[in-house]
Amino acid sequence: MNPVLAVALKEFQDGLRNRWLVSITCIFALLSLGLSYYGTVASGHIGPPSLSSTIASLSSLSVFIIPLIALLLCYDSFVGEQESGTLLLLMTYPISHFQLLFGKFLGQGCIITLATTLGFGSAAVMLSVTSNIVGVMPSFGLFILTSTLLGLCFISLAYLISLLVNEKSKAAGVSLILWLFFVIIFDLVLLGVLVGGDEILTQHGLVQMMMFNPADLFRLVNLSSLSTSDVNGVLAVAINSSYSTSTLLVAMVAWVISPLLLALVIFRKKTL
Amino acid sequence: MSQPIVLLENITKQYKQLHALDCIDLSLNSGEVLGLFGHNGAGKTTMMKLILGVISATSGNLSVFGVNPTDRQAWHSRRQIGYLPENVSFYDQLTGLEVLTYFARLKSVPKAQVHALLEQVGLMHAVHRQVKTYSKGMRQRLGLAQAFLGEPKLLLLDEPTVGLDPIATQEFYASVDNLKNSGASVILCSHVLPGVEQHIDRALILSKGKSIATGSLNELRQQAQLPVVIKAHGLNGALAKNQALSGFMVKANQLHIPEDMKLATIRELLRYDALSDLQVEAANLEQIYQHFLNTPNPKSEVNS
Repeated sequence: MNPVLAVALKEFQDGLRNRWLVSITCIFALLSLGLSYYGTVASGHIGPPSLSSTIASLSSLSVFIIPLIALLLCYDSFVGEQESGTLLLLMTYPISHFQLLFGKFLGQGCIITLATTLGFGSAAVMLSVTSNIVGVMPSFGLFILTSTLLGLCFISLAYLISLLVNEKSKAAGVSLILWLFFVIIFDLVLLGVLVGGDEILTQHGLVQMMMFNPADLFRLVNLSSLSTSDVNGVLAVAINSSYSTSTLLVAMVAWVISPLLLALVIFRKKTL
Repeated sequence: MSQPIVLLENITKQYKQLHALDCIDLSLNSGEVLGLFGHNGAGKTTMMKLILGVISATSGNLSVFGVNPTDRQAWHSRRQIGYLPENVSFYDQLTGLEVLTYFARLKSVPKAQVHALLEQVGLMHAVHRQVKTYSKGMRQRLGLAQAFLGEPKLLLLDEPTVGLDPIATQEFYASVDNLKNSGASVILCSHVLPGVEQHIDRALILSKGKSIATGSLNELRQQAQLPVVIKAHGLNGALAKNQALSGFMVKANQLHIPEDMKLATIRELLRYDALSDLQVEAANLEQIYQHFLNTPNPKSEVNS
């Protein structure tokens, strides 16, 4: 068997055995089902759920949860194996650094992909069956695609951390800081610059800044496809001058690939 | 003469300030079992990592199966190498069978061998249990099965008998002997000295990264000039009166005789009718080991 496949299969098996797949899928399903039912209550009126408000609230919640889950799933991928001695053993096997890294990415990426598809997909199916809203599938399709990309991006970032540090506890700490940075601090700083320093950032400049944060990219893609009335905050400003959805998707893919490549370079130089 | 499987020439490995290995020479032919001994931190694991190609040497020539193990061409010979790391804990969530299947896939070993090996190391009853429920000895057995995958031509075993019960240890040495007879070379590193000696052809004793003694057990015994211990019972003080022997007396019934005088002494002792029992013990590996580690490094003195 191809070593990449063997590693991917084992990582997937591990994810099943740890109940990662089941629990992530359940979290996503509960989240999306709950929001599509009660999402309208949160915005103060009772009525049939509107698609855009559902997606808007889903994406503002997912942007916190998906990166956290991806980091938790993968932060110990390498440093954990290094501590238990299996990484050294694997490097004596006929498998290259690239094959091991890519195999792991494939296996754990499958877990995230499957979880977002099943979890969020369940809400999409429910919405299209119980209500007569048009365009559920395309909107949710884009949402699931970007959620997956967001998850994959944070998996590659987690690998990068896992290869940079030599202790599991450090990897966990750095992952948490990274999460805080991308999900909360980055936006706070942007908002501060927008409010405090006038005319430092143009609208276009703001969107360009957001390219440096995969979490913001995720929000941009999803919210720009909705009607703007459901969106507020920094994003409302950004959305109006947004790039096309496909450009944003390409940027997200770049955010998946570049940390992975960097991780490979570090892995090759790492002494065991 | 065939080419040696492992060849180290003047190998030095330096970690920043630390001399992990210093000018090591070694050659290992096929079918040979080398015992690697030394105190903790003497450089045994570093040497194994070098041979495995996981790290590269600071200076010196190294070849395994005729190629440098860090080269790209060495990649294919990795399938012929079995390695048991010192402290390995396998994936706790997976079962023993799944763990071994994973390693077998990576080594492109047929699945039938996985079962055969699990049978051989006596883990058949636990193959479907998760590794986290395994005892230390069972994990060690799993590690051994992993090292034996794919009928390796070169085996590197770091502390293979740690945690094994006496019967499992015997079975382990039996499998090492089998592999040796089929032409495999083995490098075995162990702290449990008794029991190893019958199974190794040569020993290399490391201390602080330097090789302080190398050779077969007989050669080492001669180098160390350790006495043969002879215990003669039932003589009731007659030994002390024997002028030829009294000089070697340690206790009332115990003599420490140089190796070359062994037979002469035994003949002498047999002349006493009162002799009821005679025990002859050549210096064992443990004594040789202690001798070399305790005497100040003779080789480096010669060099300097």
